[in-house]
Amino acid sequence: MHSASPFCPLFCLLLAVSAASAAELQRPNPLKSGAAFVSDDLHRLHADDFGNPGMLWVARGAKLWSEAAGNGGKSCAGCHSDAGKSMQGVAARYPRMDPGAARLLNLEGRVNLCRERNQQARPLELESGELLALVTYVAHQSRGVPVSVTLDMQNRKDFERGRALYHRRIGQMNLACTHCHDRNWGKKLAAETISQGHGNAFPAYRLEWQTLGSLQRRIRACYYGLRAEMPPYGSQELLDLELYIAWRAGGLPVETPGVRR
Amino acid sequence: MIEVRIAIQHPMETGFRYELGGRPVPKNVINSLVARYNGAEIFRVEMDSGIAANPYLQFHTVARQSGEIEFSWVDDAGNRGAERAAISVTD
Repeated sequence: MHSASPFCPLFCLLLAVSAASAAELQRPNPLKSGAAFVSDDLHRLHADDFGNPGMLWVARGAKLWSEAAGNGGKSCAGCHSDAGKSMQGVAARYPRMDPGAARLLNLEGRVNLCRERNQQARPLELESGELLALVTYVAHQSRGVPVSVTLDMQNRKDFERGRALYHRRIGQMNLACTHCHDRNWGKKLAAETISQGHGNAFPAYRLEWQTLGSLQRRIRACYYGLRAEMPPYGSQELLDLELYIAWRAGGLPVETPGVRR
Repeated sequence: MIEVRIAIQHPMETGFRYELGGRPVPKNVINSLVARYNGAEIFRVEMDSGIAANPYLQFHTVARQSGEIEFSWVDDAGNRGAERAAISVTD
């Protein structure tokens, strides 16, 4: 007892340090997909593969998958053949570093890189119907696969920036992501139930949009709600956030295309 | 008795919205959709600005013989779409 006491302050300090970093590097517990916070009606709509309006984009993506594009005269299927096999589980690993490009890419970025590099085609405009259709089709092949991004030396900086951004107060509302999605999920914000803010069902069909949109569009909507300046589509800021959010959702199954209010 | 379900990807622009510049977005909705079963009209709907984007319709009909249901729609901009579905009746 007595001999241990001199070590106590140091020991406590160590504990405090590890507790502080653990608090920031924490996933919500229990982890709940955004689907757990929507109404029964939307739940049923999501589960019905015909009624789910997002499936219209999946169908369009399936067509685009085997259509030749660019000067290469190649289609996605030309290299990747059956997406049901080749693309299974792929979306669950994004965003990730591309070894060739040495930068963080989400699925949209990966599709456009493939177009430029292998199809010699022009990149598709972000948030365009074609790109959303392709990304939704690819992500749909991972339905049920648990989200699992790998963190390593290469993407560590992006991850840390995303994490910092997630916890930084922004906008006239002076709130950070964490204030709603870590501390207050499950409670009401006006008529809405605050979700945990996971991206595992995106691209998703949102009734408010009357169309399907990307995770970046959804994150931008949060910026708008906070009365903060919205970063442009494809910006590093949004990519970093996407990576942190994907890590945070680790283990949740991919549910693309989700249906949200 | 069969259930027929239709989903169409269409913005169903109401005509009530304005662009950022203040100009109204012209109305463009699927104004009519017809389903024919072996050539005979079995379902017709006239839609207007009250119908949400990407309309989803459902109706029931009686199938006495095998054949094909042909769907065709037209919107305010004059775009047309068509789709077919084969029905096989077994005794």
